[in-house]
Amino acid sequence: MRPIISIKDLSKTYKGGFTALKDINLEIEQGEIFGLLGPNGAGKTTLISIICGIVNPGQGSVTVDGFDIIRDYRETRSRIGLVPQELTTDTFETVWHTVSYTRGLFGKPASPGHIEKVLKALSLWDKKDSTIMTLSGGMKRRVLIAKALSHEPEILFLDEPTAGVDVELRQDMWNIVRELRSSGVTIILTTHYIEEAEQMADRIGVINNGEIIVVEEKKELMRKLGIKRLTLDLQTSLKKIPAALKKHKLDLSDDGKHLVYTYDTMAERTGITALLNDLGKSGIKFKDIHTKQSSLEEIFVTLVKRSS
Amino acid sequence: MNWRAILAIYKFEMARTGRTLGQSIVSPVISTVLYFVVFGSAIGSRITEIDGVSYGSFIVPGLIMLSILTQSIANASFGIYFPRFVGTIFEVLSAPVSFLEIVIGYVGAAATKSMLVGSIILATAGFFVPLQIAHPFWMALFLVLTAVTFSLFGFIIGIWADNFEKLQIIPLLVITPLVFLGGSFYSISMLPPFWQTVSLFNPVVYLISGFRWSFYEIADVSLAVSLGMITFFLAACLTLVWWIFRTGYQLKS
Repeated sequence: MRPIISIKDLSKTYKGGFTALKDINLEIEQGEIFGLLGPNGAGKTTLISIICGIVNPGQGSVTVDGFDIIRDYRETRSRIGLVPQELTTDTFETVWHTVSYTRGLFGKPASPGHIEKVLKALSLWDKKDSTIMTLSGGMKRRVLIAKALSHEPEILFLDEPTAGVDVELRQDMWNIVRELRSSGVTIILTTHYIEEAEQMADRIGVINNGEIIVVEEKKELMRKLGIKRLTLDLQTSLKKIPAALKKHKLDLSDDGKHLVYTYDTMAERTGITALLNDLGKSGIKFKDIHTKQSSLEEIFVTLVKRSS
Repeated sequence: MNWRAILAIYKFEMARTGRTLGQSIVSPVISTVLYFVVFGSAIGSRITEIDGVSYGSFIVPGLIMLSILTQSIANASFGIYFPRFVGTIFEVLSAPVSFLEIVIGYVGAAATKSMLVGSIILATAGFFVPLQIAHPFWMALFLVLTAVTFSLFGFIIGIWADNFEKLQIIPLLVITPLVFLGGSFYSISMLPPFWQTVSLFNPVVYLISGFRWSFYEIADVSLAVSLGMITFFLAACLTLVWWIFRTGYQLKS
């Protein structure tokens, strides 16, 4: 796949002296869902705002579909749709007018059919003549998504799109994201709900203190950085871990009914065979055995702690 | 040029006028009628004529200018300040529009609204006093130039202001006194010589003088000077707007 967004040595220091981005190098591939994760103040919104033209870049360059965001801003911006983090809406406008306005602003001819399709997909059709001030927070979020989709963008930025929205909207939104992706739209998603990134994203980038600390295929990231836990459900409770098993660095649950063994999936030897042998020699019997891979959230927390 | 974007901004701003018809159109008309009643009747009964024109007719160009100036500034400053205040400005900044297109959209709508108000006041005045427009072309030119220039000025105020107080302070403390002291309701020649000289430092004098000349062929300063001054203000405002967009002042960090 070719990169649709290419960021080279991008830095940004605000007037007050705060450095929001430090030498960012990143390529987003066409048609992928890219999850950009990071704690509050990590630089996610600054990065998105620079690409979209809302914040001036400092050093470095950004190209969108081969066009420079400064020199060829018309080309780059017309390809991008943005759903901002804040619920910023035209309070006194109707849903239909505000969405149609965005389409016009992006230079597209009026297309009532397309606007209708977008509003129906977002369950906004019956609210099309309502003023935005009468809508709930979740509905306003839908309006922002409709506005971002009104001009049929090739790239969609979703900056914390599910913050404070109900389950129904979240499901609607992810259905739309899947549809957009299947039609070739590139999606860049920032979210606090890391399970969403785990569920939706093809690749993950983690940003902390203005620096990209990892960019990896999601599956690869979880394989590389993930750890696995093997839990043995014992037939008889233990009061303490027998001396013969100390070398395996096991954890015993508080009720003494479970032994937990943590291992690295990337290691040449996981040590499971040796552990099972030693358990047999020690006469410890178990009734069940199961494993659990660490979640993206656990990996994310580890990465951020490590980089901070 | 992204004409569709210009049209979108223009229509969006004009739709606001439709929603706030009372505030945008009816209110300035009522104010003007009150000016006619207060100034036309109270003062007009004492000053019958100025340079051969009845007092009621004499103040019409000044009243129109007063409305054009205040409406242009109010419409344009609010038009750009409100999206900054609520945050929807992100949409304009992230759209494939040039700064020139943004200005044409916002300033064009503000100037249209103020010219509309000016035309309504002119028509309203026709019910109270006899009107004569000696040079319709020059009248239209002054109307358009003044509306565009002061809409640009309002746009600058809307960018500069970071709260509602700042949004109001220039129109209330600077523009309104300048208009009242700029010969809206009197001829500069009626003042003592010292105050005549002081008045020449008031830029609004030149606008009202030129505009009044297009009606009755009477002026406090020559037409060329009036035209030169309005062109100078226009150029100054354009330069300032160009600088704002070039630097991203108050718009982009």
